[in-house]
Amino acid sequence: MMREINSDVIRQAVSELAIGAAHDLEPDILDALLAARDRETAPLAKNIIELLLTNADIASRERVPVCQDTGTCIVFVSLGQDVHVIGDLQAAIQEGVRIGYDEGFLRKSVCDPLTRKNTGTNTPAVVHFDIVAGDKIKISFLPKGCGSENMSALAMLPPSAGIEGMVRYVIERVVAAGSNPCPPVVVGVGVGGNFEKVALLAKKALLREVGQASERAEVAELEQRLLGEINRQGQGVHGLGGINTALAVHIETFPSHIASLPVAVNIQCHAHRHKEIIL
Amino acid sequence: MSLLRYNPEFLNNLKEVSLPLAADVLPTLAAGELVSLNGVLYTGRDQTHRRLCALLDEGKELPVDLAGQLLYYVGPSPARPGRVIGAAGPTTSYRMDLYTPRLLELGLAATMGKGARSPETRAAMQKHGAIYLASIGGAGALLAKCIKKSELVAFGDAGPEAMFRFEVENFPAVVINDVQGRDYYAMVAEQKKSEG
Ligand code: SF4
Repeated sequence: MMREINSDVIRQAVSELAIGAAHDLEPDILDALLAARDRETAPLAKNIIELLLTNADIASRERVPVCQDTGTCIVFVSLGQDVHVIGDLQAAIQEGVRIGYDEGFLRKSVCDPLTRKNTGTNTPAVVHFDIVAGDKIKISFLPKGCGSENMSALAMLPPSAGIEGMVRYVIERVVAAGSNPCPPVVVGVGVGGNFEKVALLAKKALLREVGQASERAEVAELEQRLLGEINRQGQGVHGLGGINTALAVHIETFPSHIASLPVAVNIQCHAHRHKEIIL
Repeated sequence: MSLLRYNPEFLNNLKEVSLPLAADVLPTLAAGELVSLNGVLYTGRDQTHRRLCALLDEGKELPVDLAGQLLYYVGPSPARPGRVIGAAGPTTSYRMDLYTPRLLELGLAATMGKGARSPETRAAMQKHGAIYLASIGGAGALLAKCIKKSELVAFGDAGPEAMFRFEVENFPAVVINDVQGRDYYAMVAEQKKSEG
């Protein structure tokens, strides 16, 4: 039996996700910032984390976006194979973004890559579809600013680079990013797959609840090691020092070709806006 | 539940600085110093910079005289009705590095954004006695409260990338590059290295 969902419902859900994400940080990132504040030893860094929490509080209460860069929209759709969408699903998502960014007073930050002319609607959103078992639709909404997105990097390492080469690469990229991506950051890492898969893994790693460990024990161990090493580099909050350059490192893996070790780093800022809904 | 516990007085204890910056105040601002800005500043990001430099290329006059002014790298979100502005925190500064030395030649006294500047921009700042400040990246809602007035100056068709004139009160920032050529981000990194 196919379950039917009208595309109007999806459009409405997406516009609410857009407005909600821009104004209300989720408990996972707020808890991570609170823990970072309590752990922080450098007074300036501690004060700045306090300001970031104050900022989140003002944003939510006064309906001002957490950050003016309300980002480009990345939408992950897990579409149950027993769902039939009545209407145009892709168009409903784009329309939801357009309405959300208009009615929510969010910044339109999408432009033609060559002419640089703003599209004026914050569309198109980047939409990724997964067909999964079941009769539900899960929509994960991740608006992403470019201070952090511009710090992304991808390398096709040789297998001989090994885990040590991969670790060095991730640390190098986070250090090179400096204060550009508004640390404390969440570091999304993709390992394996191929060229396009590894980038998607790094992005998907950011959908995990902040600080939730990988289900694979050896990957979870690597996440902890990377987090420790990144925070020992001393750049800290906004590059002004302290022990909280990163709040978490999330690694997603996928088998790769025997001749390849793809690694991708996708950094997310402290304004880690994400929302999801299951319809 | 209030999220706030630690030193809420923090913002009240910064060094007060008036804008535009007086020539004798600039040299007193040291890398690492926390300041609270009060007065008038101009804004601009990618498109405003591109267009300012295009005007210079054509030998035309700029919409404002930048001599002695502070240029803040920001692309605000739209204001809700009845509000002065939407969120308005700093954007990443290195994207302006290609253009900044030319504006410093015109006497621009200070720039403000977030993140490190290029060696060329740092050298140009030192040559012209200018400074660079970082404000609090990602604190756009909080910083909006420090903006008391916003007026379009030029390039309105560029939307959030237009040039605005802000009147600010107690706007917090950190001095990153001072007129002595010091760089606070580099100082933080150096200190960490010497601690091992
Ligand atoms: S990196 Fe994130 S917090 Fe910083 S300005 Fe960009 S969107 Fe905002």
